[in-house]
Parts: sequence; structure tokens; C-alpha cells
Amino acid sequence: MTGIIIILCLNIIIAYSVFLPAAAGQLNLGAAGFMIIGAYMDAYLSSADEGLGLPILLTIPVAALFTGLIGFLMSFPILRTRGVYMILATFAFAEIVAGIVLNMEVVGGASGFPVTTHMELDVLLPVTILVILFGFYLISTRFGLSMRSIHDDENVSLLFGVNTHLVKVGAFTIGAFLGGLAGALYGHQFDYIEVQNWGILFSIYVLLYVLIGGTQTPWGPLVGAMFFTFIPEILRSIGDATGIELLTELRFAAFGVIIVGMMVLRPEGIMTRTFLELLFREQPSKSGPRMVNKNV
Amino acid sequence: MSNVLNLTSVDKSFGGLKVIDDVSFNVEEGSRTALIGPNGAGKTTIFNLLSGIYEADNGSISLDGNDITNIAARKRINMGMSRSFQNIRLMPHLSTIENVMLGQNHLANSTKENFFPLGLVKRNKWAILAEKALIDCGLESYPGQVVSELPYGVQKRIEVVRALVSNPKLLLLDEPAAGLNSNETKELQTLLEKVSNSGTTLLVVEHDMNFVRNLCQHVVVLNFGRKIFEGTPNAVAKDPQVLEAYLGGEEKNAP
Repeated sequence: MTGIIIILCLNIIIAYSVFLPAAAGQLNLGAAGFMIIGAYMDAYLSSADEGLGLPILLTIPVAALFTGLIGFLMSFPILRTRGVYMILATFAFAEIVAGIVLNMEVVGGASGFPVTTHMELDVLLPVTILVILFGFYLISTRFGLSMRSIHDDENVSLLFGVNTHLVKVGAFTIGAFLGGLAGALYGHQFDYIEVQNWGILFSIYVLLYVLIGGTQTPWGPLVGAMFFTFIPEILRSIGDATGIELLTELRFAAFGVIIVGMMVLRPEGIMTRTFLELLFREQPSKSGPRMVNKNV
Repeated sequence: MSNVLNLTSVDKSFGGLKVIDDVSFNVEEGSRTALIGPNGAGKTTIFNLLSGIYEADNGSISLDGNDITNIAARKRINMGMSRSFQNIRLMPHLSTIENVMLGQNHLANSTKENFFPLGLVKRNKWAILAEKALIDCGLESYPGQVVSELPYGVQKRIEVVRALVSNPKLLLLDEPAAGLNSNETKELQTLLEKVSNSGTTLLVVEHDMNFVRNLCQHVVVLNFGRKIFEGTPNAVAKDPQVLEAYLGGEEKNAP
């Protein structure tokens, strides 16, 4: 159980790292690249044997900030592209990062790099909660409103005085920062990192967490990451319990069917604004007069 | 009376096609001016030149005495001009009140304002201002609703409110009555009269001549990118050039 909570926490953080740019209309298939940068930066700084042996309270923030800086610099070429071309540009970025790290002997190249400082959930869980709260906070600000406006209509946002370029660079950079954070935390959970963990499939999964969860509200990445973490496990336990081997062995095929079904039934993601309204809306008879009374 | 807007010999071409040809006109402060003309006359192009989406090839545009010809589109709202659009361009995934709060954006341009959690502290001053603007315009019933679900006429009026909360001196309205039924048109007219009486200058592109006659005192007529008439709404209908533009020239077309 602890194992799955750890994976869930890491999935949630990386989901927010892709969600924040996505909320501003950017489709990012570079999650793997940011995670690699964060993981290797942190591992090199903190490892006692082959690295510098610095304390993790320093190395994790530094690794995340460094990844944010790389994201900031990369945002200028990448944000010149749009839609499917942005997917390709971010994918290319992730591949370049993987290629560079694979050939860096100082961090072990293809054989990976050991992380000597182990961490339990006691750091990961609070950080995850902070990231979730940060996601909700950022979306609720005027900066978040600008992000969502750009997602819907960039030109009109510009005419209403939104500094669209700054907001887009900001969203991309914050996303990169969170990606680096997820990478740095990963190393201390599994004690060993290797580039092969973070291929194109990883980036696709993270983008799917966000798109299936929904990009309209900060609930989206949370629900999406939980959906993707738990459904395969649930399918396996159902398979184990009922003895249907097909379910155990083909759970990823079943999972694929579920994903396609979600795309047909909820093309804008599970957590849409209208769905949240249904969940939380007060009765119209109550909210109508209440509004007026407050303002009379 | 002074002019809020001056256009002086403005030209605009797309490739070899001259869509705006030497257009000059003024909009008086506090007036309600209509810009009319047949389809393709260049009305929306004029609006796009005014709001900075296009750059004029020649000529100058000044707003409230300041030359804005070369000012970036993003900064023009600071100079006191905002607009609505021919096709509704509200943010479909935002709620009514969030759309209206976007209109306040240039008034809240400090880092502190940008990172204040508007959505978590529900009774903040921006939300209260936006709600008040909605109530003033008779739209109090829908603050939290996502706009894509609202009726067309309501969306049209929300666009006007969004433009209004930026406190413009000059409000540009691109076919505000298009697609509205007669009730909705009346509601819109009442709203615009109220806006005008509070001192905002209106420049309206509109095809509905009844609406124009009821609302505006001054009319500018464009045809094929040229200004062909300027005067009162009643004089428009009698002008031979305007009649020719709308109905075709009788003598030339006669067999």
C-alpha cells in the first residue's frame, strides 16, 4: 500500500507540472525531460559516493529551481509553436535531455546513478499536498484567470490588457519547476535513477492524466492521476479475487478500453466546470435571492 | 465639444486589395455614433485598426488627444478604449463573473493583485465590482455559471458588461444587436442608453437601422472602404450615394 501511495504522490506532482501549462493552452509532452533534469541534478548534488553529498533540504529545491530555469529558457523557442507542433517540440526537448544525460559519464550514462539519501513518505506526502494546494491557489488568482483566458482566446485576452507572453512563459516555467521537483523526489524514494524510466510513454501517460482528468479546473490532474494510478491496480485485484486471469493479464488492454471510453463520454475530461457545478451547486432558489440581498 | 476619437486619412491594404481607403471621421465625446455600410464595406476592419489587431498603412488614429497609431494592442485598453465582438468572444470555459473580471484586468495590474486568490476569497473587491456591474445591467441571475451554457442574448450583454468594467471613455460595439430578438434588442438598447448617459462614448457597427435610428445621433457610412456619408440618421436614408450603395444605382443599372 505504501508503494502505491508513493507512486500516486509522484504522479500527482508531475500531473500538476503538465496541468498548469495545459490550463494556459499548452500541450506539453516533455514531462520526462523535466523529470530527468530534476532527478539527475538532485542525485548528483546529494549523492554521498559519486556526487557532492549535500543535504537534501538544499538539493531538492535547487534541483527544482534549476529545472525551472531550463524550462524558462526553453519556453522561448517552444512557445513559438502551437497545438500539435508544441507537442512535437516538447517531445523533442525531452528526447534531447535523455540523449544528453545518457552520454554524461559523470552521472553514470546508461547504467544509471545511485541516490544515497533515502526518504519515506514523511517528506513526499506533505510536499504533494503543498503542490495540490499551490495548484488550487494559482488557478484562483488573476494570474490563473489570465492563464485560463489565454487557453480560451489568446487574442481577446491581449485586447483586455493581459500580458499574454509573460503569462505563457510563467505557466511553462512553473510547470518545469514542478516537473523537476517530481524528479528530485523520485530519486529519494527508489534510491536509483536511470534515464530509461522516463521515455516517451511516461510523457504520454502524464499528458493523459491531465487530459482525462480535465484541464478546466485544478481538480483535473488530481482526479486524473488517481484514476491512472488506481484503475490498473483495481483491475488486477478484481482479476485476482474472481480468478479471471484475463483481467489480471490483460489489465492494460482493459485499461485502454476504459481510456477510449472516457474520451468518448467525457471529451473535456472527468472534472469539468459543469460537472463541479452539479456536485457543489446550491439550490437556485437559495442562491438567487442571497446574491441580491448582499448587494442591496 | 471635443473629440474622443479622430481618424485622419487612414489606409489599410491586404495584399493588393485596398480595404480602407483614406477614411477620416471624428467621434464626439459623449456621443453615440454608428458606423454602417453594406457587407464588406470595412466596418470591422476599422474596429480592428482601432483596437490594434491591424496596423494602419497610412494615416493616424488618436484617442482622447493621444496618437495611438503605433501603440500595441495590449496597451490600448489603458488609454480608455474597449470593445465587444461581432461573433461572441467570451471565454467559453469561464463563468460569467470570471469573464467580467477579465475586463478589470488592466485596472489590477500589480503583482499583488495578480497573485491575490480571487477564486478562494469570494467577497473580494473585484468580485463585488463585477457583480455590481452585472446587477446594473440586469444580469444578476448567472454569476457562477459557465457562459457557454447561457442564452445567446445574455452572452451578448455579458460581452458589453466585460467591456464596460474596464471603465472605457470610448466603447466600440461590433454588431451588438445581431441575432437578438426584438425583446433582447430593446433590453440592449436600454442598457446602452444607460451607459451613454453615464458619460461613455459609443461607436456602434450595426445593420439594424431601426436600432441605429433609435440609439444614435450621428452616422458614418462606409462603402468599399471609403466614407460616403456622414450625418444624422434621418438624412442617411435620403442620401443618393447611400441608397446606391445599399440598393444599387437605378440609372446605371437600367437597361
